[in-house]
Amino acid sequence: MNIARLAGVDVQLNDEGFFVDPEQWTTEMVPQLAEEWGVPGPITDQHWEVLHFMRKEYFEKGTGPTVRKLGKSADVSVGVKELYQLFPDGPAKLAARCAGIPKPKGCI
Amino acid sequence: MSDPKRLVILGAGTGGTLAANRLRKQFPPWELAIDIVDADDDHVYQPGLLFVPFGLAKPDEIVRSRGAQLHDGIAFHLNPVARVDVDADCVELGDGTTLAYDVLLIATGALLQPDETDGLLGDAWMDSVFTFYDMDGATALHDALENFTEGRLVVNVVDMPIKCPVAPLEFAFLADWYFTERGVRDAITITYVTPLDGAFTKPVASNALGSLLKDKNIEVVTEFNTGEIDNESRALVGYDGTEVPFDLAVIVPLHGGAPYVAESGDLGDELGFIPTDNATMQSTVRPNIFVLGDAADVPTSKAGSVTHFEGEVLVDNIASFLDGKPLQASYDGHANCFIETGFSKALLIDFNYETEPLPGHYPSRFGLPLLKESRINHLGKLMFQSFYWHGLLPGRDIPGIGADMPDHGKETVDT
Repeated sequence: MNIARLAGVDVQLNDEGFFVDPEQWTTEMVPQLAEEWGVPGPITDQHWEVLHFMRKEYFEKGTGPTVRKLGKSADVSVGVKELYQLFPDGPAKLAARCAGIPKPKGCI
Repeated sequence: MSDPKRLVILGAGTGGTLAANRLRKQFPPWELAIDIVDADDDHVYQPGLLFVPFGLAKPDEIVRSRGAQLHDGIAFHLNPVARVDVDADCVELGDGTTLAYDVLLIATGALLQPDETDGLLGDAWMDSVFTFYDMDGATALHDALENFTEGRLVVNVVDMPIKCPVAPLEFAFLADWYFTERGVRDAITITYVTPLDGAFTKPVASNALGSLLKDKNIEVVTEFNTGEIDNESRALVGYDGTEVPFDLAVIVPLHGGAPYVAESGDLGDELGFIPTDNATMQSTVRPNIFVLGDAADVPTSKAGSVTHFEGEVLVDNIASFLDGKPLQASYDGHANCFIETGFSKALLIDFNYETEPLPGHYPSRFGLPLLKESRINHLGKLMFQSFYWHGLLPGRDIPGIGADMPDHGKETVDT
């Protein structure tokens, strides 16, 4: 368990750097999170679409979406290939970090 | 006497069949008319597909007529579904006929979508690129494996969700055993390529089982998102540009809901699965639409055991709904899986929405060992097919096994 200072607020992160409590996230934290986790800037409207969709899925379904769901969703205007440019090397995990939600769930 | 209520079930696989049979036993025909629809009459015991490539099961041993698994008094329509009109409470079939319903149960499962991955159905398909997730693929792969004596075998899951998340790992374990028995294991590398960040992602299982892959000399490539298959150079190409070359590729394609879902307004989500209440199995789309099995978008594995455990809850809730009563039965996310590890051994995992796979025994202290290889688990997996046809599908419970995941028998572990 770690504490990080984001946008002037102390936030709890787990050992892998994901938010423990998604309610602690605010939009002001995103530029700092993006820089910390290596999201190439600047943060565009498309980045925001993805982050908002990640949180919406988490609160509705209990886990963040896969890359494929992100690419297919009507809420997100980019396809899977572009997602890899916005959030390189694993968009689902990287976007989850920046969106303040836990790592998307696997099975076993 | 009033007309019977009408239940229409889409899909005559595991879920559709067990639900039809249970409800037929519970309600006489003058109270409830049951119609079930499927596009073919081939009920495949899907866990058997894993064994076909290795010659451990023959195709005709794992298929039976769908109609023959249904009790009397259930009308079976051999027809594809064209669309569902969720406002008019009506299903349109492929030949244009319609079925009106009071309650609709969607059990059409998850379908393979190999066309959604660039190059997967290219020149190398069914030549050096296969899937064992359907009968044609598993059968063709049997011949390919017989002729494979050296080179790189790659097993890849394109992305989640898939049916039976452990099956690709079982394939890798069985391949290790198969090539060892044939004396060619040293000339073959086996690589398991996954979009997840580990072969096992839950901490307790990961600790208990991590050494299995190393012991069997199976390489693991993680966080790999397959963007396309390069048919010429024979390689998996990730969206990030990294490549995994192969001589023989065994792929689990992307999965999605049945095609009629996309033609049915707001019935399904982006992937064609039906948004469903995790606990009651009622869809969140319309109150008179229920969902069972792989077609549901619930946060647990897509697996036969899930369908069976959901089934008990679903049948109670459909009965309550038909009676105008509140839905009281609740599914806890319970799932269990036998995992074949080769050399006549298997392990068993048991978990639910809240609890990851833990060691111990199932269903109680005197049961099968959990998270540990044993021959008795392997026998359990083999014997299961008999129970599937003679117990599960007709709608019986497994003696001593309830729907909820048991706590007793499990050991808590500090990680």
